[in-house]
Amino acid sequence: MPEDLINSFMTGPDEKGRFGQFGGRFVSETLMPLILSLEEEYEKAKTDPTFWAEMDDLWTHYVGRPSPLYYADRMTKHFGGAKIYLKRDELNHTGAHKINNVLGQIILARRMGKTRIIAETGAGQHGVATATVCAKFGLKCVVYMGAHDVERQAPNVFRMRLLGAEVVPVTSGRGTLKDAMNDALRDWVTNVRDTFYCIGTVAGPHPYPAMVRDFQSIIGKEVRWQLAEQEGEGRLPDTVIAAIGGGSNAMGLFYPFLDDPSVNIIGVEAGGKGVDEKMEHCASLTGGRPGVLHGNRTYLLQDEDGQILEGFSISAGLDYPGIGPEHSWLHDIGRAKYVSITDKEALEAFQLSCALEGIIPALEPSHALAHVAKIAPDLPADHIIVMNMCGRGDKDIFTVAKHLGFDMKV
Amino acid sequence: MTRIDAKFATLKAEGKKAFVAYVMAGDPDYATSLELIKGLPAAGVDIIEMGLPFTDPMADGETIQLAGQRALEAGQTLQKTLDMAAEFRQTDNTTPIVMMGYYNPIFNRGVDRFLVDAKAAGIDGLIVVDLPPEEDDELCIPAQNAGLNFIRLATPTTDDKRLPKVLQNTSGFVYYVSITGITGSAEASAADVAPEVARIKSQTDLPLIVGFGIKTPEAAQGIAAVADGCVVGSAIVAELAKGRPVADVLAFVRSLADGAHRA
Repeated sequence: MPEDLINSFMTGPDEKGRFGQFGGRFVSETLMPLILSLEEEYEKAKTDPTFWAEMDDLWTHYVGRPSPLYYADRMTKHFGGAKIYLKRDELNHTGAHKINNVLGQIILARRMGKTRIIAETGAGQHGVATATVCAKFGLKCVVYMGAHDVERQAPNVFRMRLLGAEVVPVTSGRGTLKDAMNDALRDWVTNVRDTFYCIGTVAGPHPYPAMVRDFQSIIGKEVRWQLAEQEGEGRLPDTVIAAIGGGSNAMGLFYPFLDDPSVNIIGVEAGGKGVDEKMEHCASLTGGRPGVLHGNRTYLLQDEDGQILEGFSISAGLDYPGIGPEHSWLHDIGRAKYVSITDKEALEAFQLSCALEGIIPALEPSHALAHVAKIAPDLPADHIIVMNMCGRGDKDIFTVAKHLGFDMKV
Repeated sequence: MTRIDAKFATLKAEGKKAFVAYVMAGDPDYATSLELIKGLPAAGVDIIEMGLPFTDPMADGETIQLAGQRALEAGQTLQKTLDMAAEFRQTDNTTPIVMMGYYNPIFNRGVDRFLVDAKAAGIDGLIVVDLPPEEDDELCIPAQNAGLNFIRLATPTTDDKRLPKVLQNTSGFVYYVSITGITGSAEASAADVAPEVARIKSQTDLPLIVGFGIKTPEAAQGIAAVADGCVVGSAIVAELAKGRPVADVLAFVRSLADGAHRA
């Protein structure tokens, strides 16, 4: 796209909450007034210095920001090409990038006088982050989690309960993350007057995709100044790369670089057992098509009748049949490139990170790392890749052990 | 004038309230569902709401969710739902049919093609839960232009400031959702509903039908008395889900319709 035709990629969404044809507000009438008041409240907060002062204070003293930008020396040598930096968002309090966004939403909820917080969670990271911040502020917290995920993520379920949250196993539909989101929406419709829905990713009705992106953008903003500090004034990454389920950590890393044409942007979807007609994957962009679900139009995994399909991935955090609408737009206009990585490739990258850098990554960023492994060897030594290490792997050791044939019974 | 407008004109002339019945198309299978739908007018149903099954019905309670799952598992699709309406129309050309569901199956087919097919199948109106007035350009306006009614939901959270926007492009009737919640949950109370009905009717001449949380003939009568009619969905679907024969389900529908018509 000729640069002079576009002033900026950073002006979206429009007043209807659209990024091109994607996004919007596809919710029932009961929720509409609340969504509009949330938008109003967020617009006010955005330009209110006291809101950001409270965020900054908590980011620094509660979350531990800024997270380090770490030069992965041995990994760089191992691949023998591009220079690899890892943005260490796995070192945040609660072990992932999720808390960046939760803090913002909970502070907003408090400003709106809401006393009850609900959330959906897949792997449990967003649920744990929400339960954590609710505990900190003394708010009632209810987390919806697919019954299947409750079973396979038992440690996170216990964490949430320790933190005082009520965890509701969701058996409707097939009991997965998308069903958890359905049940959270049903709860919200029922308890609309006192309840705030804290969505964990850059999806859902407007203003969620923009709001969550803005809260997560701290990731990319830090990368900008941290890389300049280490590589010299004005040095930008040549490639930024992140894993995508709904796409919040990726949007947070990408957004501050959208208007820097020299920066390649790559999102990595979960390819599961392979992106083919069997649909055993979660690659909405590479294997889906546009549709409407959970309040927004975006790329979705669906059958020929427009019924939503279940995703499949080794990573519960990527196990979602949709993707944030801004990613769908960036994909369609070609500003960002989206690829997919299989379970097997992600598992190999997981082990490589442990062995070479002493970092046990979550399975989600292992997907991003697997793509780094594919492209880094062929890139020159002065090409800088920044990859978002968006979560730590503690929650995944049981899954990985099972796949590697290691008996964890004690 | 659509079949819906004609039906309300007739009911008004007779001094009767409307009884609207919701059933999920294709639940538990195509043949049973068609048999049930064909029996509804004789059981006293004035307007039929045909549920279009969807995998992710985020405004529905368990009863309707499970009905949708049964229908999908039995192979129901948007096309078969249109076919069902067309088959019904072969023997009944007056009872209005409103298709109620979620946007994605319609968007997936393509709005223009869907509207042509829906009209041809004898569908009279649409209720699409996840299309608020903010998204009117998607389906509401094209549907009106194609001669289909687009029936909007008004809810307890629709305040006076917002109500004109909700009523603006609504036609056929207004569907008042009696509770903040999902289908088949809390019981609606006529005492709570009456002032809301008055509030909405002060801003529109359209008939106002109340739904959600109506389960018995007594409740149907109570709610219909304070509005222009009522809708029962989950309670009927639940009878069918018990595995009861269609004739028994229709007898239950008859008792609800009688309740509403006593109002």
